[in-house]
Amino acid sequence: MSARKLVDDVLKGRFTYKTLPIAAAIPNPPTSLENKTGMWRVQEPVIDQSKCIKCLLCWTYCPDASIKRRDDDGVEVDYDYCKGCGICMTVCPVKAISMREV
Amino acid sequence: MAQVQRIAIMGDEAVALAVKQAKVDLVAAYPITPQTIIVERLSEYVADGELDAAFIQAESEHSALSICVGAALAGARVFTSTCSQGLALMHEIVYAASSMRIPMVMTIVNRSLNAPLNIHCEHGDVMPERDSGWVHLFAANVQEAYDLTFIAFKLSEREDVMLPVSVNLDAFILSHSIESLIPISDEDAARFLPPREYKLALDFDNPITHGTMALPDTYMEFKMQLKEAVERAKSVYPEIVEEYARISGRKYWYFNSYMADDADAVVMVLGSTYGTLKTAARELREKGLKVGVIGLTMFRPFPEEQLVDALKGVRAVVVMDRAYGYGGLGGQLYTDVVGALYRNGIRIPAKNVVFGLGGRDFKLDEAEAILKMAAKGARDGGFDTHVQWWGVRA
Repeated sequence: MSARKLVDDVLKGRFTYKTLPIAAAIPNPPTSLENKTGMWRVQEPVIDQSKCIKCLLCWTYCPDASIKRRDDDGVEVDYDYCKGCGICMTVCPVKAISMREV
Repeated sequence: MAQVQRIAIMGDEAVALAVKQAKVDLVAAYPITPQTIIVERLSEYVADGELDAAFIQAESEHSALSICVGAALAGARVFTSTCSQGLALMHEIVYAASSMRIPMVMTIVNRSLNAPLNIHCEHGDVMPERDSGWVHLFAANVQEAYDLTFIAFKLSEREDVMLPVSVNLDAFILSHSIESLIPISDEDAARFLPPREYKLALDFDNPITHGTMALPDTYMEFKMQLKEAVERAKSVYPEIVEEYARISGRKYWYFNSYMADDADAVVMVLGSTYGTLKTAARELREKGLKVGVIGLTMFRPFPEEQLVDALKGVRAVVVMDRAYGYGGLGGQLYTDVVGALYRNGIRIPAKNVVFGLGGRDFKLDEAEAILKMAAKGARDGGFDTHVQWWGVRA
């Protein structure tokens, strides 16, 4: 079974205890990529690119690897997975990141 | 069946011998009290090159069991042993091990829990792990402790079971006593327990994630898997003990039974007290008292159908517990037996005798008195009380 199908089946309730992987082990990674946790957030970070100094602190601190690093060390938010915790906003030394309601 | 010699051996050493013959890949243990000689011998086997295994001295029992879980996930055959406070400290990982479906064997040398500080024989240490999803086996003597270790590995590693199994033996009475033992040969042991295969093993080429989270939408389903696996352990058990009988000549069953078939009254128990009761029952039978004894080998999963079948025609039972469920209806075995009787429509008097806590001796004349009490219950059609704490100075 593909990771996509496993996640789909679970999210849509198409499973029984017999069809789920044994012991909650995941034999078909990476299911985490299929689980778009961005839907959890109630606030989201917005980066003001004109203020960004490319220090990569937000990229370092993001607990969900949801700050994407570009080739030029500029950053952008991966809204598929960002849970909106706001750590990036807090660590940004030039206040280039703000949070907005979603 | 290769010819082997009868030897004299201490319970702890008999278990260590079985674990060596089972060719475990890893032993992890915490060495300080309440640890026993079991892992001390295993560390010597490893140091002397008699056992090709990793021996990891952990910083606590919690870590020891965690190490076993990790190594088992890597595909190793693993073993640990503990008792009393050590088992209590493992508690969290005990539940993780069963729900993560970790095949492994742990010997529990049953000892009381603090307080007061004691660590003598009692089943109070394993009872908090009763509902964990482990298979719990109980040895009535040193030979059984040895044999059940092989049976435990076999049961644990079956693909349709994949559960941790504990082998319980009474502290000091079995663990530190020398009894006679007929070991199986190394060749038979290797045939009975070929190298372990584990389809969920960690593998760099085929990554797999263990120990994941399950939210309210799936958690119950995973627990249902566990429930069924534990019940399957019961249904495949006869197959395994049959195979072990072919190499050892010793046939195990869900319980030991002595003259229970035609008995008016039966006394039931876990552990080494079975032997004491059996001797007393033999003497009483000679005097014409129709009493029998049942000592459970498998406690979890609970062999309900088999016990109910064995109790057909019996008119009263006394269930002995070397542990107690404080504030409940009685000892753990007693409540199981009463529940099994009730829901199978068997309305016979059943009394609970709580005995031997903290290692208090239980002697032959006391066994005789309890068998007579059971016989009187059968005659009178009832008992004076539900629960009696045996021998308490009141």
